[in-house]
Amino acid sequence: MPRWAMVIDLDKCTGCGACMAACKMENNVAIVDAEEAQAGRALFWMDLIITHEGEYPNVQAKRMPKPCFQCDNPPCTKVCPVRATYRNEDGLVAQIYHRCIGCRYCMAACPYTVKVFNWYEPRWLDGATKCFNPDVSLRMVGVVEKCSFCAHRLQHVKEVADLEERALQDGEYIPACAENCPADAIYFGDLENKDSTVYRLSRGYRASRVMEDLGVEPKVYYLSKRMA
Amino acid sequence: MDMTTQSESEQDAALYRPIYETGKGYYVAAAILLAIYLWALYMYYTQLRTGLGVTGMNQPVTWGFYIVNFVFFIGISHAGTLISAILRLSKAEWRRPITRMAEVITAIVLAIGGLHPIIDLGRPDRMLNLLESGRLQSPLLWDVTSITAYFTASTVYLYLPMIPDIARIRDRGGKLTWLYTFMAWGWQGTERQKRVLNRAINILMVMVIPIAISVHTVISYIFSMTLQPGWHSTIFGPYFVAGAIFSGIAALLIVMIVFRKAFHFEDYLKEIHFRYLGTLLLIMSLIWFYFTFSEYLTGVFGAEPHEMDVILYKLNGPFAFFFWGMVLCNFVIPVTILSFRKLKTIRGVLIASIAVVIGMWLERLIIVVPSLANPRMELPLGIYVPTLVEWAMFAGGLAVFALGFMVFAKFFPLISIWEIEEGRQHGIKEVEQRIHSYLPGKQLRGQEGSG
Repeated sequence: MPRWAMVIDLDKCTGCGACMAACKMENNVAIVDAEEAQAGRALFWMDLIITHEGEYPNVQAKRMPKPCFQCDNPPCTKVCPVRATYRNEDGLVAQIYHRCIGCRYCMAACPYTVKVFNWYEPRWLDGATKCFNPDVSLRMVGVVEKCSFCAHRLQHVKEVADLEERALQDGEYIPACAENCPADAIYFGDLENKDSTVYRLSRGYRASRVMEDLGVEPKVYYLSKRMA
Repeated sequence: MDMTTQSESEQDAALYRPIYETGKGYYVAAAILLAIYLWALYMYYTQLRTGLGVTGMNQPVTWGFYIVNFVFFIGISHAGTLISAILRLSKAEWRRPITRMAEVITAIVLAIGGLHPIIDLGRPDRMLNLLESGRLQSPLLWDVTSITAYFTASTVYLYLPMIPDIARIRDRGGKLTWLYTFMAWGWQGTERQKRVLNRAINILMVMVIPIAISVHTVISYIFSMTLQPGWHSTIFGPYFVAGAIFSGIAALLIVMIVFRKAFHFEDYLKEIHFRYLGTLLLIMSLIWFYFTFSEYLTGVFGAEPHEMDVILYKLNGPFAFFFWGMVLCNFVIPVTILSFRKLKTIRGVLIASIAVVIGMWLERLIIVVPSLANPRMELPLGIYVPTLVEWAMFAGGLAVFALGFMVFAKFFPLISIWEIEEGRQHGIKEVEQRIHSYLPGKQLRGQEGSG
């Protein structure tokens, strides 16, 4: 099984939010109005966490793009009562929107708080409904959703590779956030491929994962001189 | 023999009266409760139409009142069956006027509590997926299983000891004879029937105890099986069970006091019953304190940062009012009242019981919300403010509870008549023999060894 992983270089990240915007467009993520977003109902598959460290005048802002960490040992799939979230054959944590009963147990169990819920019937900006990404199914009210590492793109490149009877190459499968990062701060690839960029970067001294001690084996690495 | 039965039933006329006579207060109360219930139904309809957005839940506080009330109501349900089974099993003679009400609480509250996770679903229309593609590895499925088992066992355990009473009502004639004839299952009170019934009750009361304990243990597992700070605790199983019995006894006491007044059961529910149950409540209060103290001391002493975030949120943060309110209601008030004979009157017991029910609800709130509001990630603190819809559903749940009790009381006696009679006819003799068997010296003739 491949181990698709993301490496985010925080030393390069400018916090511009292009990854969030690209993700919204790519995955047909509904738009929540400002009031609801303030109340904690915003739908982000790729979120940007901004925290401040230190005391005035030595304050440092920390920006951290946060997708789903696609754990190898996911706490969310363990608790799902109907197998609406599970680890698929590509090692990705997937959601089955049409089976989800909306109990939100997976959201409560996720230590990284990456899952979001459709509190209302999803809505989009005017005109946006005419340019949905046809590869990503729309969600309905009352179900949980989250970052899929753009699994639909993997399906696409896998089919092409199958047709051409060759193995996938490093960099062939890449999610929308990584593709659109203007600072090239997001890398993506297979950790099982020892020649891949993500493999090399994930072994570097700057690399770390969030709360590794929980043992859930997240597959998103952050590169930071400050954290190293 | 016939004559004695006649006079016996006249003796217990007060227990039959609520079935045949209905006062004006009853209709007023029923109308108010029905209105609250319909209001809650309408509110649920708005939720069905627009989605869970009408509640105060959000990310990261993904669970709110519905799950709090689920745990709370299921906790109350332990009153019943468990208390009644334990009292029966330990041959406590004073149980006789109490067991029926305790069992009714369980049946009604379990139905209400069991509905709450469904109310909480984003897609209640897909509820049957739980059966179709249910994963037994999920603690939620453990819940579905054990609550179903408990509901089945406790309704049967409520129904079986009602059969002789239903037969009595059938024999009196009057309204709905066909219903009582059907439900009495041909009960004639023969020796064989009595033997079979007693046997069935005995088997059930032993079965019901582990099932009841499993129910609240499994509910605690929903929380403790996750990795979340404040939830991931091994003490949760017994802590929840103790809390459940605690709130259950308090609810039972409230129900007893209310119906004692409303239906004039003063002659059946005496000061002594409240004193005994009050002592039980006091013991549970101390056990609850012991568990709570252990749980929080372990967290504070270890001082793991994420754990501390949750604990400080409760002790000194936005939930401090609820936390200390809980300590006041669950420990300070009941222990103060129930420790002193002077304060331990029926009124005192009522105050202590109301305090405990409120306190235990607060405890459920304190368990569910703060852990969600303090995610491990460096996110802003979660805020949860319940909306009118959630309050309506809570009020609706309480209204259904009261209404269920009132409807039950119109069809069946709230105090087991045959068990009271049995107490008069055999209980006194049995107890005397039993005490003799405890004492040194030869046993009385004609007495069973097991007595």
